[in-house]
Amino acid sequence: MLEVNGIENGIVIDHMHAGNGLKVFNKLFADTENPVVLLMNVKSGVLGQKDIIKIENTFEVNLDLLGLIDPNITVNVIQNGKLVDKKKVEIPKVIKGGIACSNPRCITHTDDYAIPEFKLVGVNGRLKYECSYCEEITTYKL
Amino acid sequence: MRHLIEPEDLTLEEISDLVDIGLDMYENPRVYNKACDGKILASLFFEPSTRTKFSFDSAMMRLGGNVIGFADANTSSAQKGESLADTIRVMGYYSDIIVMRHPKEGAPKLASQYSSVPIINGGDGGHQHPTQTLTDLITIKKYKGHIDGHSVAFCGDLKYGRTVHSLIKTLARFGNKKFYLISPEELKLPSSLKRQLIEKYDVELIEVNYMEDVIDVVDIFYMTRIQKERFFNEEDYLKLKNSYKLTKDKLKNAKEDMIVMHPLPRVNEIAYDVDTDKRAVYFEQTELGVYVRMALITKLLEVGPYVRG
Repeated sequence: MLEVNGIENGIVIDHMHAGNGLKVFNKLFADTENPVVLLMNVKSGVLGQKDIIKIENTFEVNLDLLGLIDPNITVNVIQNGKLVDKKKVEIPKVIKGGIACSNPRCITHTDDYAIPEFKLVGVNGRLKYECSYCEEITTYKL
Repeated sequence: MRHLIEPEDLTLEEISDLVDIGLDMYENPRVYNKACDGKILASLFFEPSTRTKFSFDSAMMRLGGNVIGFADANTSSAQKGESLADTIRVMGYYSDIIVMRHPKEGAPKLASQYSSVPIINGGDGGHQHPTQTLTDLITIKKYKGHIDGHSVAFCGDLKYGRTVHSLIKTLARFGNKKFYLISPEELKLPSSLKRQLIEKYDVELIEVNYMEDVIDVVDIFYMTRIQKERFFNEEDYLKLKNSYKLTKDKLKNAKEDMIVMHPLPRVNEIAYDVDTDKRAVYFEQTELGVYVRMALITKLLEVGPYVRG
């Protein structure tokens, strides 16, 4: 059985469906210089198999993006080796930044001032978000 | 401070009011010819336009105000890479109100977030063109007496035509319940808009292939241009282009008090011999657009008929 030590200070992103760990890593932590552990296909009572990410010295994480990738995720905040907070992510109703508008003619692609803000308008296997600038719908597959 | 980015920024009462004041301005222009004395309209056209730009310029001048601006982004600092937000901030010091057209969808909304003066959307890509909708509504009010209760046919490019999308939604808001849609398969009204119209406003949408099928029953016939570049091949275009051409002959079965509208420019979708028919009101529509824009400018500047207190 593979063993990985706990972290002293940082966050543990838990309960990701197997396969989502790499997506989360690539989207959120690919550029980090802090120590990161990505555990894949770990046995889980609820999910069967799950992925886990442990990252040292990082406390901020975009919960909206995590919610988009996998609304099942929980984020444990560890300080001095102890669990001090537990956050459950959910499908975000509003997203500011992070994802791009699917409309190539949208102002958000060409003007740095225009930070795309999306409102959740439909959930049916695919999440549908409406851009606050051009009103075009961007779909996001869970 | 108010902006006009999309028709939904105005309540139905406000739209009705703008239309009525616009008609009064049309009937009695002298009453209003000093309403914007000392005010400056910045007309920022990042994309070419003939009617909308000159219509706004004319509207401001008829109100006694002045106009500054550009008609081509190449003559502005945008060409040097200036952000829209910065251009708008600066223009706010030089003017009291801004009308803008921009090729990027959502640009006027961005501008409104950084502007110290009211912003009017003069068209943003294929997205919104609210003052065209006001122009259409003032025309309907003038020639039909009221905005609600009409059966309306839309003909031509119903897929990409922002004018049609905006107008059909606003007419539905006003309680118009029956719309006839005449277009080639490739250019049908988007299904998302159809669903929205049916679910939200409970309207009846009837799709037909030929204008002759409905021309005798409608009160308003709204024509749009079919752009050649929308077709996948030249053969399809040639096959269809005359099916969507309104001629004097096709008008013979239309109601006596029906009106034919068109946002212009027209290419060949309305034969020139229709121009002299009393039901053809598309040039008057363009003229009325100046007056409803005058009403809008006074509303956003809170001057003339909209002066506070």
